[in-house]
Amino acid sequence: MSARDRILSKLRAKMPSTVADLPDVAGWFATHRIVESAADKAKRFQACIELAHAEVHAVTPSNWLTTLREILRTKGLDKILVSEETTHGSAVLDEFPAQGIDCQVYDMAIEAWKTEMFNATPASLTAARAAIAETGTLILWPDAAEPRLMSLVPPVHFVLLDANNIYNTFFEAMQAEGWADGLPTNSLLISGPSKTADIQQTLAYGAHGPKELVVLMLTEDAQ
Amino acid sequence: MSEHTLHFKPAEGFRARSKAVVDNPFLRQSFRGAMDFLMSKRAAQFPDTEELESLRTLGESIRQYNLAKLPTLLVQLEQNLSRNGIQVHWAETPDEANAIILGICQQRSAKLMVKGKSMVSEEIELNHAAEAAGIGALESDMGEYIVQLANEKPSHIIMPAIHKTKEEIARLFADKVEGVDYTDNVDALIQIGRNVLRQKFLEADIGLSGVNFAVAETGTLCLVENEGNGRMCTTAPPVHIAITGIEKIVEKLEHVPPLLSLLTRSATGQNISTYFNMISSPRKAGEKDGPSEVHLVLLDNGRSQAYADEQLRKTLQCIRCGACMNHCPVYTRIGGHAYGTTYPGPIGKIISPHMLGLEATSTMATASSLCGACGEVCPVKIPIPELLMRLREEAFSAPHANPAMRGQGAGYSRLMTSIWKGWAAVYRSPALYGVATWLGSRFSWLMPSRQGAWTSVRVPLKPAPRRLRDMLKERG
Repeated sequence: MSARDRILSKLRAKMPSTVADLPDVAGWFATHRIVESAADKAKRFQACIELAHAEVHAVTPSNWLTTLREILRTKGLDKILVSEETTHGSAVLDEFPAQGIDCQVYDMAIEAWKTEMFNATPASLTAARAAIAETGTLILWPDAAEPRLMSLVPPVHFVLLDANNIYNTFFEAMQAEGWADGLPTNSLLISGPSKTADIQQTLAYGAHGPKELVVLMLTEDAQ
Repeated sequence: MSEHTLHFKPAEGFRARSKAVVDNPFLRQSFRGAMDFLMSKRAAQFPDTEELESLRTLGESIRQYNLAKLPTLLVQLEQNLSRNGIQVHWAETPDEANAIILGICQQRSAKLMVKGKSMVSEEIELNHAAEAAGIGALESDMGEYIVQLANEKPSHIIMPAIHKTKEEIARLFADKVEGVDYTDNVDALIQIGRNVLRQKFLEADIGLSGVNFAVAETGTLCLVENEGNGRMCTTAPPVHIAITGIEKIVEKLEHVPPLLSLLTRSATGQNISTYFNMISSPRKAGEKDGPSEVHLVLLDNGRSQAYADEQLRKTLQCIRCGACMNHCPVYTRIGGHAYGTTYPGPIGKIISPHMLGLEATSTMATASSLCGACGEVCPVKIPIPELLMRLREEAFSAPHANPAMRGQGAGYSRLMTSIWKGWAAVYRSPALYGVATWLGSRFSWLMPSRQGAWTSVRVPLKPAPRRLRDMLKERG
């Protein structure tokens, strides 16, 4: 008998004969978490993620590129990793090089440029799929266009978030989007820049992931 | 790592190690300060008692529901992970788990494994086994990295280097990390660690991690962390190996949000961790990064023994938040190393006997005042004090056939049992009790003046010259 069969047969022999009802997770959230308006969710999201040391900038479709460029300047950054397969990435690629900002693209498998990614990629821009107001959390589903390391290795991570895509809770996000039916290779919740309190409970940012997390929160242009 | 590597000792030196910590004011201050910090952070996360209690009840019911279906869910998890391209391995013992992991490493001719925080990998002493096989195993969680540099073991399951001051870490880095001068600036120390480890993430052949929740219905491995090293270990190297105990499983993805909320708020007082990483497959065609191979090792190591008994099964509800140790008056005074086991504190006392047998852990359950704090803060309502009582019974009762636990009766002493039997008889019978107290009051001068640990800081115990019942009788 294999280890697998031995473990399973030991467990099966002692498995309780009755199983309790499925826990009522939806019921708990319905009675213990508030459902807020879009504006309130945006406010709560911003307050929570700022507490975790992220920067949030309100932007519109017409000014987000300018804002991004200004923040790069303020931070002394002249290089950014973007995706050429997304509209926001392409927009950056169309404008920034002419303005003296070097644009890197993630156009080949990491093995071909791992050292450059780790040692010479100071910043990146990705989109967030959605966000969660309760905890100030970004939801990212990395894919072929914006791969996993893009939101992890560069010391400054810029995230474009559509303010219409903010859920009240993590539970609401997974229910509304039907995550139980299938998840991608990697899905992420990100709630601030990388941090640690492992030395004498003193909080320090920039442990292994991004030292800075900058959220560009996109709302419609005023009419 | 050298031959000085510390091995987990069975709990026999517990008394001596505890005394050493209690006698060390610096260590005591470290633990006291850290535990006060963690307790107040947790309390701030749960301002609403009703919310906390209903969430704990939900967490308990989720864990119990999933444990009740454990074998079925393990098979479902295996099917869905395999469908997603993640290879599943099963290990009954630490040796089997090490052999599986090192086998994967050797297949890839791996030289360097970077590790995200995993208590199960500590449980199987993977670093030691890897070293023996000529494979470098490097801890990348800042706390674990510090502890490994110092050739020590974690003293807390969430904050591994909690016993060290920043000055000690500063000296350690200056001694052990090439080209580093002494600095006790915490930001600078973290940047030193970051720079060393970034290079290792880049070079590593294997990334190893634990698992916080394994979701059966989707075939997903979930990891909770703040530093990003967990994401590095599971994304940058070409192979990712995850290891977990068989109990960390939930059937439904919707079971995750309540448990995650309980975990981070109870552990470090955060409403959520910086990263929650859900991994459902290796790199797919067209994707540009992520490991091409992902493995999961499912470890039993005594868990099926706990599972077999309805009461002991509750031990497996644990989500490893560490709140029980943060609130434990014993842990706060003696720290994590004194226990001599991978898992210290109250959870360590109730889980370690299943892993190591009661032969090696018979006294652990006695190191408790049964104050009940651990049971009160447990986010999934494990009745830890009740389980401690049960383990005392298992360890000290006369050995019998078909015991529920390996090593049952290991602490049994005929003399001790007779003394307690006599004590029980006296206290059950008013007549005997009367005789015993009468003798006590008459012969109190026979009490020794030295009464072991009691008299080291107190006056000797002596029965009163007149019994309470006599005084009451006099007053009518």
